Amino acid sequence: MKILVPVKRVVDYNVKVRVKADGSGVETQGVKMSMNPFDEIAVEEAVRLKEKGIATEIVAVSLGLANCAETIRTALAMGADRGILVETDVELQPLAVAKLLRAIVQKEQPGLVVMGKQAIDDDMNATGQMLAALLGWAQGTFASKVVIDGSKAVVTREVDGGLETVEIHLPAIVTTDLRLNEPRYASLPNIMKARKKPIETMKPADLGVDPAPRLTTVSVAEPPKRQAGVKLKSVAELVAKLKLEAKVI
Amino acid sequence: MTVLVLLDHEGSVIKQPSRSAVAAAMKLGEVHALVAGTNPEAAAAAAAIAGVAKVIVAGDVAYDHAMAEPLAALLVALAPGYTHLLAGSTAIGKNVMPRAAALLDVQPISDVAAVIDADTFIRPIYAGNALATVRSSDAIKVITVRAASFDPAPSEGGHAPIEAAAAVAIPSLSRFVSAELSKSERPELTAARVVISGGRGMQNGENFKLLDPIADLLGAAVGASRAAVDAGFVPNDYQVGQTGKIVAPDLYVAIGISGAIQHLAGMKDSKVIVAINKDEEAPIFQVADYGLVADLFTALPELADELARP
Repeated sequence: MKILVPVKRVVDYNVKVRVKADGSGVETQGVKMSMNPFDEIAVEEAVRLKEKGIATEIVAVSLGLANCAETIRTALAMGADRGILVETDVELQPLAVAKLLRAIVQKEQPGLVVMGKQAIDDDMNATGQMLAALLGWAQGTFASKVVIDGSKAVVTREVDGGLETVEIHLPAIVTTDLRLNEPRYASLPNIMKARKKPIETMKPADLGVDPAPRLTTVSVAEPPKRQAGVKLKSVAELVAKLKLEAKVI
Repeated sequence: MTVLVLLDHEGSVIKQPSRSAVAAAMKLGEVHALVAGTNPEAAAAAAAIAGVAKVIVAGDVAYDHAMAEPLAALLVALAPGYTHLLAGSTAIGKNVMPRAAALLDVQPISDVAAVIDADTFIRPIYAGNALATVRSSDAIKVITVRAASFDPAPSEGGHAPIEAAAAVAIPSLSRFVSAELSKSERPELTAARVVISGGRGMQNGENFKLLDPIADLLGAAVGASRAAVDAGFVPNDYQVGQTGKIVAPDLYVAIGISGAIQHLAGMKDSKVIVAINKDEEAPIFQVADYGLVADLFTALPELADELARP
């Protein structure tokens, strides 16, 4: 079975993001970029499925500026076999990404798409569900465990009250939650090997997709700042403050 | 404008995040509520919510576990009568709404924190470190609502008529197998007036029991940081943060939590924040109204004693 893994280049999760002075967005120039952490989990899951002999080939896909190739290289160093870069400088929103991925899925015919449940930049949590819809496939979102069983997958999902297990027909989309696995670090030999793995580059027009955004960003602002309060000396003082000053207990 | 709100329900209870979605919907137009599944009590509960003008019931057993594939198909069938489709940002809303949006060729708007007008909304990005105002050009808007940002519509006061939805073909792509839900007598995290959360500083799952007497005294829900969940101290549904639950209680008590950005994203809208941590440099103190630099293993029993005092 072939597995497709979409990977997104985002501002590294350790970076404290800054809103641009003109309110047009968040500063991404000169900021450390990395693979979206949920996508790392997706790549790891695909590599584990290959190690178990369930997957035969892993294709990593990234969409955006030319430097998304770096993110694909990271996936290749973790164990993906080849990459596809859809290059565009248009701002890509989940609907456009889902349409581009649908076109790639139709070309590549994977048995499974594993992807992060959410990108930590726009926090939309939408693309996997949307790709599943466009393909008419089942979705196993927020997965903390995935078992491939012949023509179906049994997916344990993280839901509000705990865990839920669903059975989905393959081909299907799985989106990863935090507890699915712990992604490996790429070893130096594997990083070297990844340089020789092929990355095919294409444009949205090659896939017949209009990637124009549907949402216009009117402005981006800093959230209201919380003031640091007071440090107290004792538990007794804390309880007194909560009762008499804050009046919350 | 007429707005359809997909409700999360359990027995005779409409979940609080869904009532927050109703409150958001009321800023947009007339509110219709959708109850899917074979739950006769839920329709009456939905009809009683103040602000709901009509309840639509899709009483097919296929909707009982709120699987995305059939629910999205149902929403798409109902969509032509509406300008907006809304749901709370719950596990169900997040799973279903983007699927419905794609079927409608619409870009969904996730986790809306404020309604500016029919097309324009504010939503957090980058773990709540920035707020984006976005305008949609789609003919129908598909939205999930950040429950902590809207006071829930009252569960009583409404008398909406109840109507059955026309049957819709059920896609047979997926099947519910089982659920393993945490059992607790405490209020739900997203609905509690007081939340007490433990972090890595709790050291193990057993120590989370130290939070119980305090939670009992305060009527609080118990939560956790991602570090505590990743370490296996408590189940995933305890997690408060960017990728867990977003809470905004009257009082949030953070115990042994350093205050990583992604945790703050889930609780910084709480009215009053208390932090107890032995590291006085912990970032949690930068957002806490009341901080106590102390070892939690001495502070927690003291806190329980102090609260128990009449």
